[in-house]
Amino acid sequence: MSDDTHSAISLHVNGAPHSLSVDNRTTLLDALRDGIGHTGPKKGCDHGQCGACTVLLDGRRVVSCLTLAVAAEGAEITTIEGLAEDGELRPIQQAFVRLDGFQCGYCTPGQICSAVGMLAEHAAGWPSAVTADVSPDGPAPELDATEVRERMSGNLCRCGAHPSIVRAVLETAARGEAAE
Amino acid sequence: MKAFAYRRTADVRSALTLLAEDDGARYLAGGTNLVDLMKDGVEAPMRLVDVRSLPLDGVRETSDGGLVIGATTTNSDAAAHPEVRRRYPALSQAVLAGASGQLRNTATVGGNLLQRTRCAYFADPSQPCNKRDPGSGCPAITGEHHNHAILGWSRHCVATGPSDMAVALAAFDAVVQYETLDGAGEIPLSDFYLAVGDSPEMETALPAGALITAVTLPASAASPRSRYRKVRERASYAFANVSVAADLDIADGSVRGARIALGGVASRPWRAQVAEEVLQGAPAAADRFRAAADAELSAAEPLRDNRYKVTLARNLIVAVLTELAEGARR
Repeated sequence: MSDDTHSAISLHVNGAPHSLSVDNRTTLLDALRDGIGHTGPKKGCDHGQCGACTVLLDGRRVVSCLTLAVAAEGAEITTIEGLAEDGELRPIQQAFVRLDGFQCGYCTPGQICSAVGMLAEHAAGWPSAVTADVSPDGPAPELDATEVRERMSGNLCRCGAHPSIVRAVLETAARGEAAE
Repeated sequence: MKAFAYRRTADVRSALTLLAEDDGARYLAGGTNLVDLMKDGVEAPMRLVDVRSLPLDGVRETSDGGLVIGATTTNSDAAAHPEVRRRYPALSQAVLAGASGQLRNTATVGGNLLQRTRCAYFADPSQPCNKRDPGSGCPAITGEHHNHAILGWSRHCVATGPSDMAVALAAFDAVVQYETLDGAGEIPLSDFYLAVGDSPEMETALPAGALITAVTLPASAASPRSRYRKVRERASYAFANVSVAADLDIADGSVRGARIALGGVASRPWRAQVAEEVLQGAPAAADRFRAAADAELSAAEPLRDNRYKVTLARNLIVAVLTELAEGARR
């Protein structure tokens, strides 16, 4: 395709470049799933409301369903498939398994990518909507269950596994895993 | 979704030119609202001009001690910036009260100002809507309007503005900077959003083709105690029913100056000038806060199902002002 409604792009996903020809309408989510075969990111609402499609873009969590693939060219994208290192699950992934942070599992890749991004945001000192004092001069906000619920509110679980998800995130944070 | 051309540029002038070349062109920043509206068929641009690579990112100090927030700064970066948190905490709180962590990482400050109403009729092309399809009617006025406007609406449109950030910017007398092919310009936030009147499709005073480049916060508005509070139907990740951005300057128990803006009650951030005037020089006391809120809301025209917002707005104003007054005594 060479008309101006299509683009030849290169996406860097989990450390590897992928050349694709896409209709400009293609979302990053569809490019990852249908173009590259990374089906970890899930299509839930497709409107940015459920978080099942969450991936890391240049280290920050974003919803891939509202990101156009053409606009993601040049960015480093990490999906759930790219989190494990040398075949070993990251601590947040192990915590989800150990603490039953899911039931059906559909929202889990998005939950875990979101948690990785969220822990990095917290480690960077970012306040949240439930942080009592956003001043940068006070103590950094401590990560408790209220903070985790607020910071993870962009990820819905229709099975209602949220209590275990909050525990998994809190346990991982307590073990000192920044998202790195 | 309709097919469209996509162009990306790192130069403001070429972005303006690329937009001007095509009547059906739109700027694309984070896309969290625009792409969503394109999926629903509410927006159908022929060309997207991606402005995320423009050198408009970041927060810097002005010579007089205010701040300039670049238009492509993400909501997350604006909210987390130490000087925003230190000088204009209500702005940081407002941005953090909006959307989700993922959306704030993508959405930009310029795009936030231009996001569209979440009125369900606007989002559904099978329904009439004067904002989307001028002259087609407004079903919300007699239909589903429990979260619609109580102030400043017209019989043509009763939708509310969705931005939390803009409410805090209104309280701080922010100024919107923009660029056009004919040169740069600026509009105070108080004049940025147009009254609904009989043309709800005309939302801002930006000239055609203009690109927002930054938002400036005046030094005189800086206040480490300013506060944003939002009431919504869920604990998180929902648009406001009513929100309040406020600051009080109190000396010897009297109000020397008040800044109050309301969200969720009108098509635009509602600067509560009547309440501010009532408070000017008054004792910083609960009965005066109630009187100020009542004076502001005497202009409210609630509909059948959003009468609760008048009481909610009143109570929220009083609560935030009381909190600010108590903080000033500490």
